[in-house]
Amino acid sequence: MKANAEVTIKTEKKTVTAVLSGEIDHHSAPPIRQAIDEAVIVFEPEELVLDFGLVSFMDSSGIGLVMGRYRLLEDMKCKLSVINLSSHAFKVMKLAGLDKIANLTKGGDSYEGKK
Amino acid sequence: MKVKNEMKLQLKSRSVNEGYARMAVSAFACELDPNVEELNDIKTAVSEAVTNCIVHAYNNELGTIYITVKLLENSTVEIKIRDRGCGIEDVKQAMTPLFTTLGGDRSGLGFSVMESFSDSLKVTSKKGKGTTVTIVKRIKGKASF
Repeated sequence: MKANAEVTIKTEKKTVTAVLSGEIDHHSAPPIRQAIDEAVIVFEPEELVLDFGLVSFMDSSGIGLVMGRYRLLEDMKCKLSVINLSSHAFKVMKLAGLDKIANLTKGGDSYEGKK
Repeated sequence: MKVKNEMKLQLKSRSVNEGYARMAVSAFACELDPNVEELNDIKTAVSEAVTNCIVHAYNNELGTIYITVKLLENSTVEIKIRDRGCGIEDVKQAMTPLFTTLGGDRSGLGFSVMESFSDSLKVTSKKGKGTTVTIVKRIKGKASF
């Protein structure tokens, strides 16, 4: 079975958006992480947006994904936003206290990239 | 409590099986008519436990993961996930939120997630022999809406 999750990277001005889809677990997370990190290092954005709108499942590997990107961005003056979370993914991230390090919004909530 | 239905599943400790394990267990639990949230809770807890077997117990070497799922008459699902891997020296420490022996992108929250998404979690382990994780989840189904 191929990796059951994918990522599409979009760049616009000073924002890198990573649109994630599928099931994020320990099996599928590494290539996603790599693609996001490469984009961040190349584009040096002011904001990284992780779009979870098409994610159908997430376990604590999703927490690791957000936490790891936060650590990468810490020295880069880059803001981190996690958007379109399902109520399940939101619950998992809140449990880890990720709302303290990133701007978390559920699907359907309004989101405006603030620079 | 009487067992209504039971399933045994044996998987190689390959990471691709994380997805199969959570899908098989959650599909089996559907007989108890869980709601979407409960189904996600089961999937997540199973995913964490199976990942632990692969990453920690067998340390990325090939071993076997044994999963037993019992559906009990009081609308409860009991999931046992067992390995014959390295075992955990200090279970209490392993279960401490954010504790991880691996670093990198491992959050150290696997047990915390299992704990908060189940009604009870039991971990027994013996160094060099393996670990058994028992997850119990009551299914309220649509009644909880």
